[in-house]
Amino acid sequence: MAEMIAIDGLTKRFGAHTAVDDISFSVNRGEVLGFLGPNGAGKSTTMKMITGFLAPTAGTAKVCGFDIQDSPIEAKKKIGYLPEGAPAYPDMTPAAFLDFIARVRNVDGALRKRRIADAVEKTQLGEVLYQSIDTLSKGFKRRVGLAQALLHDPEVLVLDEPTDGLDPNQKHEVRGLIKAMSYDKAIVISTHILEEVDAICTRAMVIAGGRIVADGTPVELEQLSRHYNAVAVRLEDEADTDAVKAALERVDGALSVEANKYAGVLTVYPKDARSLIAEVGQVMRHGRWKVAEIRVERGHLDEVFRRITQA
Amino acid sequence: MGIYTIFRRELTSYFLTPLAYIFIVIFLAMAGTFTFFVGNFFGRGQADLQPFFQFHPWLYLFLIPAITMRLWAEERKTGSIELLLTLPISMTDAVLGKFLAAWCFTGIALALTFPMWITVNILGYPDNGAIVAGYAGSFLMAGSFLAVGAAISPLTKNQVIAFVVTSVVCFVFTVGGTGVVLNFFTGWAPTLVVDTVAQMSFMTHFNAISRGVIDARDMVYFASVIGFFLFANVIFVDLKKAG
Ligand SMILES: Nc1ncnc2c1ncn2[C@@H]1O[C@H](COP(=O)(O)OP(=O)(O)OP(=O)(O)O)[C@@H](O)[C@H]1O
Ligand SMILES: [Mg+2]
Repeated sequence: MAEMIAIDGLTKRFGAHTAVDDISFSVNRGEVLGFLGPNGAGKSTTMKMITGFLAPTAGTAKVCGFDIQDSPIEAKKKIGYLPEGAPAYPDMTPAAFLDFIARVRNVDGALRKRRIADAVEKTQLGEVLYQSIDTLSKGFKRRVGLAQALLHDPEVLVLDEPTDGLDPNQKHEVRGLIKAMSYDKAIVISTHILEEVDAICTRAMVIAGGRIVADGTPVELEQLSRHYNAVAVRLEDEADTDAVKAALERVDGALSVEANKYAGVLTVYPKDARSLIAEVGQVMRHGRWKVAEIRVERGHLDEVFRRITQA
Repeated sequence: MGIYTIFRRELTSYFLTPLAYIFIVIFLAMAGTFTFFVGNFFGRGQADLQPFFQFHPWLYLFLIPAITMRLWAEERKTGSIELLLTLPISMTDAVLGKFLAAWCFTGIALALTFPMWITVNILGYPDNGAIVAGYAGSFLMAGSFLAVGAAISPLTKNQVIAFVVTSVVCFVFTVGGTGVVLNFFTGWAPTLVVDTVAQMSFMTHFNAISRGVIDARDMVYFASVIGFFLFANVIFVDLKKAG
């Protein structure tokens, strides 16, 4: 089965407040879906419903074909879940905690030892294995939560801000880990780090006010940025700026030309997201202006994010 | 399987903090104090454990809420409830596992009073059947106190509130069978009401059992109280888990 998570019309109301408003989507094996969205958008609430912690007000969530409301145990067996804030039992050591989780998940015998060792290695918990969890640093707590989610090698992973609080090395490690696991799993992560979407997600979904406001590959989202395929030119001689600007504005397909705050840098924004690098090059050669640097810009996800979530 | 794993984790967790040891020491010290000083164990000149058992309801009244207050309140406060309830176990497994661990722990504390039993056997010739009944009754009553506390625990994230409310509810269940309350009703209320109030009380049933009369009705009473409050426990956890 390719479709591992199927969400249909999922809605959650808290009193009069609608936290998640009629969301539908599905995630296939091999996909890493990134949830983006401002604070309070409904990302965690959606995850809590997928994993069976909260009952939806309306709609259904199916995991590997099992409805989380009708067959909760079967569905939960398929899921590895890192809840927001990576809660654990503070009095326990990571070793005892992982042993408990493995037992609840019916990972028995020699397999249990192997899976725990495997999860410990993947999340690099070795040095704190016998220290009580409440004395661990924030990043290590997060890694304990991650190890717990991976333990039974689940088909579906739901990770609520998995890299929050990790140092740059660990962020890199965890991203690599998620990427390496993704080929035979369906993974949903939420994050506030936009570069993470580029780094690991095959698909990004922006949620705002409980609704999906954008859904596509990271590149498709970048294309929504006005910087996408803009051509930036840095002139050798700042004095040319005004003349070059006038010439570039006459290029066919150019929407606008802006002089950057750094002297001598001009950016040509295209009308239809088509790169105008050839045309710009021609204008420069034609006018015999000296070019220090010329490059095509990628879209800025943070700009896209701001625009679609503030609308 | 799920129940057993939860039970195991909970029971070991008691011994990870000083709570278990403090509880057991206080329980034993108080039980001894009441029995020997307040209950006039030696002065009575009788070899039985009546003075010992007679104070159990009052001991449980403030010691049991100390066990149950953290049961669900803590899970809610640390957020581990989200982890627990997204594991492939049913809510009933989680509720029963926790309850049974608490009951087992109380059972351990109760069992550690065995020197008392040895003492009466050295001093005289007690009715050991009655003593076994007393222990059984006390254990059942402890289960009822625990079930009440376990049900109240998910209603708050604040352990102090859980402690106080549990004590008050258990107090009502306990004093319902004492002379003071029953005298208040006798005389003006119909016998049916007086009997009902008495029958609702832990005290009435515990006293019946600890006198050595093991009556199925007393057993059924405690079993129903435990069953009812565990059912309420499941409902309350479900109701309050979100926030
Ligand atoms: N138990 C609850 N009771 C009432 N309101 C709630 C509850 N849980 C969440 N909410 C509300 O639902 C909305 C969505 O919250 P949610 O935690 O899903 O946001 P989020 O997208 O995960 O935000 P963040 O990026 O800050 O983690 C918020 O307005 C929040 O206040
Ligand atoms: Mg969140």
